[in-house]
Amino acid sequence: MSDTPIDRVAKATPPSVAAKIRGLSDRAIAWLFVLPTIFLLLAVNIFPLIWTINLSFTNFRANRPNREVDYIGLRNYERILTDEDIWLTMQATAHFLFWTILLQVLIGFTLAWLINRKFKGNDLWTTLIVLPMMLSPAVVGNFWTFLYQPQIGLFNYGISFLTGIDPSSFQMIGDVKLAPWSIVIVDTWMWTPFVMLICLAGLRSIPDYIYEAAEIDRASQWRQFWTITVPMVLPFLMLAVLFRGIENFKMFDLVVQLTGGGPGSVTELTSINLKREAFEKWRTGYASAYAIILFVTVFGLASIYVKALNKVKER
Amino acid sequence: MKTAKLLAATAFMAASGLSVSQAQADELTLCWAAWDPANALVELSKEFEAQSGHTMKFEFVPWPNFADRMLNELNSGGKLCDLLIGDSQWIGGGAENGHYVKLNDFFDKEGISMDDFAPATVYAYSTWPKGTPNYYALPAMGDANGWFYRKDWFAMPEIQEAFKAEHGRDLAPPKTQMELLEVAKFFQGREIDGQKRYGAAIFTERGSEGITMGATSAMYPFGFKYEMTPGKYDMEGAVNSADAVAGLEFYKELYKTSTPPGYTDSYMEQSLDAFKSGQVAMAMNWFAFFPGLYADPDTGGDKIGFFVNPGQLKEASTLGGQGISVVAYSDKQDAALEYIKWFAQPSVQKKWWDLGGYSCHVSVLNDPNFADSAPFAADFLLAMDGVMDFWQEPAYAELLLAMQKRLHDYVVADQGTAKEALDKLIEDWTEVFEDEGKL
Repeated sequence: MSDTPIDRVAKATPPSVAAKIRGLSDRAIAWLFVLPTIFLLLAVNIFPLIWTINLSFTNFRANRPNREVDYIGLRNYERILTDEDIWLTMQATAHFLFWTILLQVLIGFTLAWLINRKFKGNDLWTTLIVLPMMLSPAVVGNFWTFLYQPQIGLFNYGISFLTGIDPSSFQMIGDVKLAPWSIVIVDTWMWTPFVMLICLAGLRSIPDYIYEAAEIDRASQWRQFWTITVPMVLPFLMLAVLFRGIENFKMFDLVVQLTGGGPGSVTELTSINLKREAFEKWRTGYASAYAIILFVTVFGLASIYVKALNKVKER
Repeated sequence: MKTAKLLAATAFMAASGLSVSQAQADELTLCWAAWDPANALVELSKEFEAQSGHTMKFEFVPWPNFADRMLNELNSGGKLCDLLIGDSQWIGGGAENGHYVKLNDFFDKEGISMDDFAPATVYAYSTWPKGTPNYYALPAMGDANGWFYRKDWFAMPEIQEAFKAEHGRDLAPPKTQMELLEVAKFFQGREIDGQKRYGAAIFTERGSEGITMGATSAMYPFGFKYEMTPGKYDMEGAVNSADAVAGLEFYKELYKTSTPPGYTDSYMEQSLDAFKSGQVAMAMNWFAFFPGLYADPDTGGDKIGFFVNPGQLKEASTLGGQGISVVAYSDKQDAALEYIKWFAQPSVQKKWWDLGGYSCHVSVLNDPNFADSAPFAADFLLAMDGVMDFWQEPAYAELLLAMQKRLHDYVVADQGTAKEALDKLIEDWTEVFEDEGKL
């Protein structure tokens, strides 16, 4: 009987190596394969995290390498948690998160529901709707500053056309009350298509026979929507909320381009504030503590949310 | 005969220094902000290249990113720049963190005297600790915040009449901050040549240094100062004095009553745009831009006039400008020092001014013809007589960001009162100086 390719490879393997491998258990070989990944994870994720935790208890400044570094205990954490300005940035972030997610879910789901109905030009509409999310956030931020411009901006002219008020009488990104909404509008414009796509995938995964059975049982459209569509799309929707929540918690580029955190600090989200502390003020120890607080917040909330998501999927 | 020719050639080479410079020809990188004077420096530096054999490369970064980019470069010990024309406020950090080469020995060896440069510029651009004879830069580009206006609009008979009827005096470039506000309000919303115009373009930018540079231009003349006793960091009563509060309230009124709509985050570029597009009657900006503005075919020439930042309780202008330093991490320090030696020559300084750079050399500034050499030259001299600068401490970035926040919160975002903003600023600055071990 002729040798199989595997036999030929085995024979070609030098005896010492073959002997060594033959001497290893399955568990050891598994470890051998996993070790490079573990090493990379440790080097790229775990070590920086531990180092950041270490720095968060110091007064280290990256721009003063020659200055003596002192351990100052929980002073950085205490400062951050008692700083009124930091709480204001947290509030700004919470406002941004809540409204962007709410609007994106409502509009995204509605669009998906409409697109899911077969009609002429369905594909073209889908392509047009997803265009905004294909653009760079920096570009989007930049051109929306022009759209919001009180003297020449199309947005102001649009509002003026609909309401009759003078277009230069209001400033979307210059007014303290309107600026937080200006970033909500742009993010919603850009990322609703993403939520729509995920919802669309959910809607298309619902087998037709369920609706057919409901029809036979004479369930109304309304009842079908609440008892079939919504529960079956819910895991997808929750996934979209998770993605958007994490993304918007660390939102930076779009808002920096659009408002720069202003006017004053009303649109200064935590990520912008953190960047200022870390790379403009160079308070590395303080910024490390700030980053740890944010990490724990996001990690904690995400863990709770993922547990809820799993429960919904199990139903 | 052959030997004689060889000897003569060798002697010539040695005397001209050609052999030395060619043997050590380096490519030097000079870093600066991307703006009009930088282009003038490129032109000027061609002479250095021809004379020295070195080649010059330039790294110009737009102003909004200039500090971030260059300070990151210095903090990381980067070798990108051999020469850096850094902002005046960086001198403390540059010196204390070892980013800049101390130039005293070099100046002594080459006979470069700081007495040959305007004292205000030496103090601001070169020394650390301030005012001591420890030099980390050569004054390269004198600058201050000044004003320019639509001379043609000011000269219109119907405008003159209307202003006189309203204010009982002739319309002219303002001499005080209150006059500035009066004139700006007068133009706000006024129709000229069938278009709606606005009073003034001022600095309100939040991200880098804009609103601080703009607001201090009003606050200094009203009496704002940083310390009660120089060098003591005793800010209470100086930063939040009644005069300082009045200056800040004045700037907010100027912003609220006299700027174009949507002017909430504006700095140099936006000021230039507002003026060139015919939106505003007056605009503040750095003298560095004035040659370009005067040369503008649409709004320059006879249509533009210039005036120094008006005084109030005293004459004062916000300092701009930079010194040129040798970066301590450069491998080409000898060639970089050669550039500084060349740049310090009076003839080069004269050419620098002719090309559009603002020389700080006394031979240029004290020339009897200097004041008439450009329509803004006399105002530049006046401004440099009364310049005031922001903190130049190593922690300047933190100090600046705190002021940016407090001023923008009050002026643009309407939060709190001027007194509260300045009180909070003292708290922020106190914390920084405590961290620095200076309080």
